Amino acid sequence: MTDRALVVVRAGALTTVQDRGRPGHAHLGVPPSGMLDAPAGLLANRLVGNAPEAALLETTVNGVALRPRCTVTVAVTGAPCPVTVDGRPAAWGARVRVPAGALLGVGTVTSGVRSYVAVSGGLDVDPVLGSRSTDLLSGLGPAPLTNGTVLPLGAAVSSYAPVDLGPQPAPPAELVLRIAPGPRADWLTDNARTTLTTRTYRVSATSNRIGLRTEGPPLERAIMRELPSEGLVLGAVQVPPNGHPVIFLADHPTTGGYPVVAVVRTTDLPAAAQAAPGTPVRFVG
Amino acid sequence: MNTFGSHRMNTFGSLRVNTFGSPHVNASPPRRILPVGDDALLVELDSGTEAQALHAELTRLRAAGAFPPVRELIPAARTVLLDGLGEPPRQVAARLAALVIPPAPAPTGDVIDIPVRYDGPDLADVAAAWDVPVSEVGRIHSALAFRVAFCGFAPGFGYLTGLPERYAVPRRPTPRPSVPAGAVALAGPYTGVYPRSSPGGWQIIGSTDAVLWDHTRTPAALLAPGTPVRFRIHGDAS
Repeated sequence: MTDRALVVVRAGALTTVQDRGRPGHAHLGVPPSGMLDAPAGLLANRLVGNAPEAALLETTVNGVALRPRCTVTVAVTGAPCPVTVDGRPAAWGARVRVPAGALLGVGTVTSGVRSYVAVSGGLDVDPVLGSRSTDLLSGLGPAPLTNGTVLPLGAAVSSYAPVDLGPQPAPPAELVLRIAPGPRADWLTDNARTTLTTRTYRVSATSNRIGLRTEGPPLERAIMRELPSEGLVLGAVQVPPNGHPVIFLADHPTTGGYPVVAVVRTTDLPAAAQAAPGTPVRFVG
Repeated sequence: MNTFGSHRMNTFGSLRVNTFGSPHVNASPPRRILPVGDDALLVELDSGTEAQALHAELTRLRAAGAFPPVRELIPAARTVLLDGLGEPPRQVAARLAALVIPPAPAPTGDVIDIPVRYDGPDLADVAAAWDVPVSEVGRIHSALAFRVAFCGFAPGFGYLTGLPERYAVPRRPTPRPSVPAGAVALAGPYTGVYPRSSPGGWQIIGSTDAVLWDHTRTPAALLAPGTPVRFRIHGDAS
């Protein structure tokens, strides 16, 4: 039994393995998947000397606890949270050494939603179509962690980035999403288009890795006929029959039959991944 | 600049694809090329056949290095999405407008042969909709030539065209919470085979042991856009 592994002591609410995802297979019905807050995940990888494509953990709200079988270097980024090693406080957003057999605790977030835990060497689970990401829509990649899961690690790295920590944006108190026109903007009434860009929405608690769902004034459609399924992009703002816009995130379906009225700029999506339920959302045209 | 509230941005002017699917160069209607954010374009066509033809041609051009790089080419019912453009959308839209697109090439690859037991729970409903005896549904379905128009819903789920219009059936009024892997089912003009157990609202006419998706196999998907498919009555040699 290799000792280059981590044992999951406490899996947390939803902890998944993520990397940069599996783009290029959408025509087969395969979602892009991958880290929702990629800048945070890439910073974590960089801090521990991993390549950008190394796989790491994405937690949801209440963190994770891990016991490495070998001494490792880790970094926790993304949503701020308490980090401990055998119960003693350690740094968030910086390199932390965890001795073999010690317990790494990643606690409940103080703000934001998703923290990232990179481990030197990366997580060496079997890739599927070139990616180790868990895809919650289609079930590709490793299952979400459960207590007792053993995660193999890749070869130890020999050098670290010449930085000890990196600047990170705070999770948004208000989520401002810049939008460009979608292919079906004209399926909304003029009033609804104005509503979208002038009223405030809130992040719904039903949001997940597939989509950021919103609550707020429903958007009225000008065109009521059915839309035959068409391809979807990351950040697509889709209006389902209830009129509440949904912003598609990494595990989004590849095709859909409701109108996409706008598309959120890719650079604004990491903040969307950190917007907790109830956070106000403004769409800026 | 607020571009969202105006209709102005909703198409790239009067761009059109000229010779689409027709030998009569000047007879084709205009095709809409729609913006999808800052990094993608949606081409809307008049029919699924034209969408298949455009997807086939773009796939061919991309493989030959004769089209700007694009991360995803996603065909659907009447559209082709180009996502992750390697050049500004306006330039790619101009390229699309200038493209001379031949009719969808006749399938040249091997026909995928799917043996089916026509014993699905909705067979009687489908027979009634088709106004034929139950025993005829499998005979009719297995005599037709199908083609994967596009994929979606789940990895490896293909929307297969080839069913004549008079055999189109609606979805079930209430979806089933669980449809078994290998279920062969109909909805609208399409035939599909469920790659894995999932909820589903299509009318199930039969089942197959064919493995639609296996990520350890190359290729993982048995059915990709453009693949020709025939269904065969399980146990029939021909």
